Amino acid sequence: MTSLLRRSGLGRLNASLVLGGTLVTLVALAALVSIVWTPYPPMRVLSGVGNFDPPSGSHWFGIGFRRDIFSQVIAGAQTTLLVGVVAVGLAALVGVPLGLVAAMGPRWLSELVMRTSDLVLAFPALLLAIMLAAIYGQGRVVAMVAIGIASIPTFARVTRSGSLAVLASDFVLAARAAGRGPLGIAVRHVLPNIAGLLIVQASVAFALAILAEAALAYLGLGTPPDTPSWGRMLLEATPVLHRAPHLAIFPGLAIAISVLGFNLLGDGLRDRLDPKLLERS
Amino acid sequence: MLWRLLTRTGVLLVSLAVASVAVFATMNILPGDPAEVALGVNATEGAKAALRTEFGLDRPLPVQYADWMGGMLTFDPGISYVSKAAIGPQVLDRLLVTLWLVGAAMALAILVAVPMGTWMAVRHRHPDGVALAAVSQVGVAVPAFLVGVLFIAVFAVRLRWLPSGGWVAPADDPVEFVRHLVLPATALALVQAAVLSRYVRSAVLDVLREDYLRTARAKGLTPVGAMVRHGLRNAAIPVVTVLGLQLATLLVGAVVVEQVFTLPGLGTLLLGAVGQRDLLMVQTVVMLLVAAVLIINWLVDLVYVVLDPRLRVAR
Repeated sequence: MTSLLRRSGLGRLNASLVLGGTLVTLVALAALVSIVWTPYPPMRVLSGVGNFDPPSGSHWFGIGFRRDIFSQVIAGAQTTLLVGVVAVGLAALVGVPLGLVAAMGPRWLSELVMRTSDLVLAFPALLLAIMLAAIYGQGRVVAMVAIGIASIPTFARVTRSGSLAVLASDFVLAARAAGRGPLGIAVRHVLPNIAGLLIVQASVAFALAILAEAALAYLGLGTPPDTPSWGRMLLEATPVLHRAPHLAIFPGLAIAISVLGFNLLGDGLRDRLDPKLLERS
Repeated sequence: MLWRLLTRTGVLLVSLAVASVAVFATMNILPGDPAEVALGVNATEGAKAALRTEFGLDRPLPVQYADWMGGMLTFDPGISYVSKAAIGPQVLDRLLVTLWLVGAAMALAILVAVPMGTWMAVRHRHPDGVALAAVSQVGVAVPAFLVGVLFIAVFAVRLRWLPSGGWVAPADDPVEFVRHLVLPATALALVQAAVLSRYVRSAVLDVLREDYLRTARAKGLTPVGAMVRHGLRNAAIPVVTVLGLQLATLLVGAVVVEQVFTLPGLGTLLLGAVGQRDLLMVQTVVMLLVAAVLIINWLVDLVYVVLDPRLRVAR
């Protein structure tokens, strides 16, 4: 999967980077624009419209439950990006130091970190979120924390394998000889060299976070009803699908486009990376 | 071989023990007072005390843990706080539905992904191979529940070919059983097939350059024959690992898809329990799913050895 487009010959054009970047920018733009402007207030029940009007000139994506779907979809991008940023940020903030410790620390500590991360991998994000929701009730914070925790192990693994490759290099040996301590080496030499790897990982983790958030919202466990959310829109669309398929099509497309965007962006960035580092990791 | 079996089994048992402690601690220590979670914040002290005594929540935590764990091992994890019915039989009942769903989806995903991924690899320089790869990339981006929702809209509501949900046991009516299983299993399988086919593609691409494939051709096998007899077997090694990881995502995906099609499986049981704040039920089902993931990983490790003779000698 790693080198899908490189091997297919498209890598030189790096189509996935361009397309992925475009899609992600589109989603980010929608989120930013919706902060200052939406055609209609996303959650307000409008007067003078039917319950499920199909798309038209004044309501581009149509009407669902007398609310403007286009406004809800672009405002929903905010929720998606917020959950993604917090979850991936949490995962990186915990996972990267753990990975560094596993790479540079004593063997027993490394084993402990890696075995623990194996164990956390047995708890998928959705299962964690469902378990936490049973205790704390539904909510966006629970979703973000659960998705974040579930993504920690992959960050720890990627950091560890990337760091091991960097630590074996001559410039680290030179830095050691010059008397730089482990923390200095980690910050000055290891992190800058694995930054690309981590950005790729963040992009892929972001795509997974979007999928998990959508599923949670669909189950009624994520975003609360008063906030626009693609997963929740799908949940509300399900019982009226036979009359108004557009209620499901637009949020569904929004999810697919953003996940596709982040996946392609990750693939494209991976191709741009130093291939030597890639092979050793 | 034996050494590997023993160490892997040891790791499995330790992981199961640690995971069960983690699940138990999350459900019993984090909330502060499980009785309050079950009854709500407005419950009277008396009601909470009664619940605690009734379900043994006033006992020390290690005793409660031992009781629950012992129960898990004998298929009797306890009594639901809400329905006051035994949890064991309910879970076993629902487990069967989920196993059918996941099993059918996995089989379907492999049936689609192996030929598709091989095709994508062998034809990777041709437009059809690239197009198929693009299709799989899009497939990865679509959540299974969305496919389920669209399936219901098209095949159940519009065309009326298949039921939109519900469950019929295979013993009651085999035909209706299949009709009810087709849509949810396919929804779950398609997304999985997209992910899996990309791994198959990359594994087959690696194999394509190997000398043994050229040797197989040289001794007179056709390209297809060489690929099937020598190529796919070697490509299977990395794919089996992914398959194990996929079974885990499939189990979680089943939780959501069951909800879409209102199937009486573990997922709907779990979500119903969350809605009713039935903590012991949540704890039991979560543990069961986590145990399933760990056991699958253990099996994958062992299958590995069977597939790769090199590992049999090593250590």
